[in-house]
Amino acid sequence: MKMTGAQAIIKALELEKVDTIFGYPGAAISPFYDALLDSSIRHVLTRHEQGAAHAANGYARVTGKAGVCVATSGPGATNLITGIANANMDSIPIVAITGQVACAMIGTDAFQEADITGATAPFCKHNYLVKKAEELPRIIKEAFHIAATGRPGPVVIDIPVDVQNSTIDFIYPQAVDIKGYKPTYKGHPMQIKNAVAALESAKAPVICAGGGVILANASEEVRELAERFNIPVTTTLMGIGAIASTHPLHYGMVGTHGTQTANYALHHADLVLFLGARVGDRAIGAASMLAKKAKIIHIDIDPAEIGKNIDTSIPVVGDVKLILKDMLMLAKTGGSDDWAETVAMQKQQRAVELVKDDRTGFVNPKYLLSLLSEYFPAEAVIATEVGQNQIWTANNYNMRQPKTFITSGGLGTMGYGLPAGIGAKVGKPETPVVVISGDGSFQMSMQELGTMKQYGIEVKMILFNNCRLGMVRELQLNKHGGRYSQVCLDQNPDFIMLAAAYGFKGERITRNSEIRAALERMTAENGSYLLECSVDPMESTL
Amino acid sequence: MAKHTLSVLVENHAGVLSRVAGLFSRRGFNIDSLAVGVTENPDVSRMTIVVDGDEYTVEQVSKQLNKLIDVIKLKELEKTESISRELALIKVAASTTTRSEIIQIVEIFRAKIVDVSKTTLTIEISGGSDKVAALEDMLNQFGIKEIVRTGTIAIERGNRIIKATNNEEE
Repeated sequence: MKMTGAQAIIKALELEKVDTIFGYPGAAISPFYDALLDSSIRHVLTRHEQGAAHAANGYARVTGKAGVCVATSGPGATNLITGIANANMDSIPIVAITGQVACAMIGTDAFQEADITGATAPFCKHNYLVKKAEELPRIIKEAFHIAATGRPGPVVIDIPVDVQNSTIDFIYPQAVDIKGYKPTYKGHPMQIKNAVAALESAKAPVICAGGGVILANASEEVRELAERFNIPVTTTLMGIGAIASTHPLHYGMVGTHGTQTANYALHHADLVLFLGARVGDRAIGAASMLAKKAKIIHIDIDPAEIGKNIDTSIPVVGDVKLILKDMLMLAKTGGSDDWAETVAMQKQQRAVELVKDDRTGFVNPKYLLSLLSEYFPAEAVIATEVGQNQIWTANNYNMRQPKTFITSGGLGTMGYGLPAGIGAKVGKPETPVVVISGDGSFQMSMQELGTMKQYGIEVKMILFNNCRLGMVRELQLNKHGGRYSQVCLDQNPDFIMLAAAYGFKGERITRNSEIRAALERMTAENGSYLLECSVDPMESTL
Repeated sequence: MAKHTLSVLVENHAGVLSRVAGLFSRRGFNIDSLAVGVTENPDVSRMTIVVDGDEYTVEQVSKQLNKLIDVIKLKELEKTESISRELALIKVAASTTTRSEIIQIVEIFRAKIVDVSKTTLTIEISGGSDKVAALEDMLNQFGIKEIVRTGTIAIERGNRIIKATNNEEE
């Protein structure tokens, strides 16, 4: 069938069952946008290209499908970069399509020309510069395959405007065959046997579940393994939701901003199972976090993560769900009640420490978040920004299901939460979406309120306003002797009026006693809502 | 630190070299030398990369290279199980009094004179790095004007081959 390159892109997206894309038009991508008019694919026009990339990310994280974002050449493409790097660090499948100047103009510093394949190579899974329109069907097929299989990640397709305009005979390939890309899914039987043996003889095992567990839909297997061996389950930031926080074996998040219980467990374990976790510096810091005698089982689909940050006793490469299934087939029972109880005692101490203070003028964000799950069903999606708001949420909200906690883990991207929440709501329109932000990060993407308004995307926003870049302020207190440098946002706008300007209701609360009534009003409201909470500028992260 | 030789089969298209080179720089690996050329299959190129580093580094380099979609296959070549060569062109100052002595040295090394002028000789030598270095050392006394050398290329001894398909022996 004859069609233009632009039509071929749309056709390929349809064949990949893409229902929604996020983007922003421009000159070099205009043939694509013209062809889009004749397609049933829904396009969400964000207010900034970065918002489109983050929205595609949020969409991917709740649906499990690759998210798609589109931008024009030059600044459009470079504005996607943070979103691409962000998706790469968190292993989120997105396909980013960018316009490019005409082939003959490439390299001439033409208007709105930027080498986006060169720029994104360090932080995307793969990228393509399409020089011939005939290659479009194959490349798009490959891009979706690469983005969503193995260890997922972002793939960039840069398409010159003349390629979009030329005519081709459209034939969509049935399958992909990429010589250099054959991910391993099935774990090595010998290593699985070794892992099971180590588990059966361990006295104090701990599971550390990472984002890979969420991506592989392996929560059930993790729970089963944990229950069979009575293993405390900790998670990384990306692994939150891998086990319900209400589960008795859930011991919270590890790392710099993790819970004492989780870190205690890691520190005293004789066996640590890292499941789909890359043992990043924020999670494990120095390997000294782990007990010296501890054996390490590391299960990951990316062989390059094994042995990168920590020496591993038993490496198993493959899909964590399949490997855990195999382990469960072999494993009898084991574990000791004493060990789980020792760790549990730590947990209770922490619970007692969460005081419900009633300072006048300030809401305790940790307290609010500990109540919040009462107002939303288990499947509600919680998207956060980056900073104190993120850690408060990670440690205090009851995440009961996987794929409900949407946050920027690896890159730590402020301005991620709101557009990601928008993408999540588009992906799961029936599910309530709550965006948790601070006053700093909210102002990095607040133009996306316009996107919410235009498409009627309902997002409940909770804004913790301490007029500070709180996490940096705390760092300056702890590491720089309280010499505060550029962390005050004392001239913040009136956020409630700002929301009103977009037609959204909202209110500001200033003490804990107002929380419950305010949450009731927020959930009762039909439509987006901004709940602003005045927070003590000196509020700590943990 | 020890030198390790990696033989890497990659897709033969634009941008692959920059992906590989970029990977080395951003992960802080040191490339000692890199040589690229097309293989018996025109869709596939072979890179021979000599890496400076310990076992951990070489393992990391290999794993990260394998993650590149354009990398088809990779193998570390053992020194004793492989042949490695580099090529150098050396332009050395030569007068009527020194020319014959230089020619003698060149013959000992089984190198070749490929160009001559009134004041210079240009010598082509191929061999392991040690041999090239030894000739360079011998020629230094006459005044080396310019050296151009390639990266190391290497191939396994015996009937073993590294192919884009899975079978490694034929």
